[in-house]
Amino acid sequence: MDYFLELFLGGLTRGSIYALIALGYTMVYGIIELINFAHGEIYMIGAFTALIVSSVLAFAGMSGLSVLFLAASVAIIYSAAYGFTVEKIAYKPLRQAPRLSPLISAIGMSIFLQNYVMLAQTSDFLPFPNLLPELTFLESYGLMIGSSEFIILMTTAVSMVLLTVLIKFTKMGKAMRATAQDRNMAMLVGVDVNRTISYTFIIGSVLAAIGGVLIASHIGRINFYIGFIAGIKAFTAAVLGGIGSIPGAVLGAFILGWTESFATGYVSSDYEDVFAFVLLVLILIVRPSGLLGRSTVQKV
Amino acid sequence: MKIRLSGRVFLSWLIIAGLAGLFAGPATAADTIKLGVAGSHSGDLASYGLPTKRAAELVAREFNAKGGVLGKKVEILSEDDVCKPEVATNTATKLVSRGAHVVLGHICSGATKTALGIYKDAGIVTMSSSATNPELTQSGKYPNFFRTIASDDAQAKLDADFAMNVLKVKKIAVLHDKGDYGKGLAEYARSFIEASKKAKVVVFEGITPGAVDYSAVVNKIKQSGAEAVIYGGYHPEASSIVIQMRKKKMDTIFISDDGVKDDTFIKVAGKAAEGVYASGPKDTTKNPLAIAAIAANKSTYNTDPGAFFLNGYAAAQALLNAIQKAKSTKYEAVAKALRTYPVDTPLGKIKFDKRGDAIGVGFSMYQVRNGVYVEVTAAAPAAAKKKK
Repeated sequence: MDYFLELFLGGLTRGSIYALIALGYTMVYGIIELINFAHGEIYMIGAFTALIVSSVLAFAGMSGLSVLFLAASVAIIYSAAYGFTVEKIAYKPLRQAPRLSPLISAIGMSIFLQNYVMLAQTSDFLPFPNLLPELTFLESYGLMIGSSEFIILMTTAVSMVLLTVLIKFTKMGKAMRATAQDRNMAMLVGVDVNRTISYTFIIGSVLAAIGGVLIASHIGRINFYIGFIAGIKAFTAAVLGGIGSIPGAVLGAFILGWTESFATGYVSSDYEDVFAFVLLVLILIVRPSGLLGRSTVQKV
Repeated sequence: MKIRLSGRVFLSWLIIAGLAGLFAGPATAADTIKLGVAGSHSGDLASYGLPTKRAAELVAREFNAKGGVLGKKVEILSEDDVCKPEVATNTATKLVSRGAHVVLGHICSGATKTALGIYKDAGIVTMSSSATNPELTQSGKYPNFFRTIASDDAQAKLDADFAMNVLKVKKIAVLHDKGDYGKGLAEYARSFIEASKKAKVVVFEGITPGAVDYSAVVNKIKQSGAEAVIYGGYHPEASSIVIQMRKKKMDTIFISDDGVKDDTFIKVAGKAAEGVYASGPKDTTKNPLAIAAIAANKSTYNTDPGAFFLNGYAAAQALLNAIQKAKSTKYEAVAKALRTYPVDTPLGKIKFDKRGDAIGVGFSMYQVRNGVYVEVTAAAPAAAKKKK
């Protein structure tokens, strides 16, 4: 039973990691029906920024929570700027173009950002300091769940709640929902569609940056390629849950995390990806639009 | 119509350029001895490939200073394969078409395996400084292949014997990264452990390289009660697994291979790296030729030698020396010279056996102590070399 619980919690952590990234995919898809392949790169840039800032701060003699706070803030701002700029450069000019064009543009942006970071920084793996505090009250459960895992879970939960509030109860959220339903109609009734789309990208990037900082601290190493792999898995999670649906992305991420964790724990890690993708195929056969796809749940 | 016309003009230019290339090719090829250097020169495994490239450049410079080989200058043709099998075929084709006489490479076993067929068809002697997959020499499929590093089965035997005889563990988890190199090593380790009956393999699994975390597999190791882990693979995944094991307060012994015996591993895993064992090529840094090679590397490139530097240095020397001795760049002559004449290298005096393995090159066990790999002296290595 302990073993089951450990695998369950491990899958939950992995799922929260995927969820933080998957939210960005699903939000952008929900609003402009674009699969933003550069999203994983934004996550990677967030992690790199946090690494640079925290190294500088550590060099200046700071330590503890203030480093985490400052590094995360800079990473969030920086990533948000990247998300905003990527949309303006790569997607906005193609808004009236056929749907395939922005998709290609997104893949190009992803490759560009990866190589840009590789050349500007390094192609080697870099150690990432553990910025997350050790929670003392967790010590008695230390074998079950570590501090960083707990913090990742909590952050994902809080982000999810804030995101739901933002979308359900604010003016910007209302504009987002309107744009998602019918962009032209929203424009006619006075919604600034371009601004709304920019906001969507910024929010997605903020979540990705938070994910980047947390996950890099948890894993302890980063390189320019981490965004690609995490991005593919998060994208899978988003599709599994029904792309365009926010609760769907979270649900999909958890299911993916658990599947992988239990497949490794009870069968063999050789088949980790096999199980994950077999499940994806099965779900898509039964529900082509994903678990909570657009037919049942309102997008964004 | 206009488009078609310009297309035709373009085509004719292409043909002219191609013909010019055909005539120019052999003319320059006669002037130099071309040493192809293939390996990972960029990407996440660049730290394995670049030292060999630097070594080749140093050796070429040294030979050129003494008047070259067969009276001709040595020229380095360097091509990057980023350690990917699918890129390596292109790399090999490129080197062949650029007229390489001998090739030093590739770095990773998987990439080497796919490239070797191309070199074989072109009749080019190929020597790797780091590809340790046993099949490359033992299958007999690649008579053109040589290497200055011992093969994985020797290394797997050392890892397994070290765990069973020196550390005296009874339950061992064997993991690998599903790659040619890691999986090969893990399978050999498992068969050695099972044959000896001194310990039990409690977990045998492949992990997914690059996954976001390895907590599930770490839980599984813990659950299995393994006292030691033998991991076949490279340092990025190894550091993740070690960090997660230590975070879970597991003190399971971690034993790995020369893919992990890299300073990047210590840098990334930090404190978690302490106490990790990794087998790697025998320490020959006290050899005067090795000291000279390392000093030349330092003064020319101002970096540490890095992984497989001395193996690369020895391979470049062996190749050029063989051409010198054979008085030809013909495949048969060079291959025969490699097997006949011993050459003084930083790894000691080496020549090659029938299969292409260097005689007298082996592995030792290292442990991370205070942030550096230190050679661990044990009785096991002696036994590891005999039975191959």
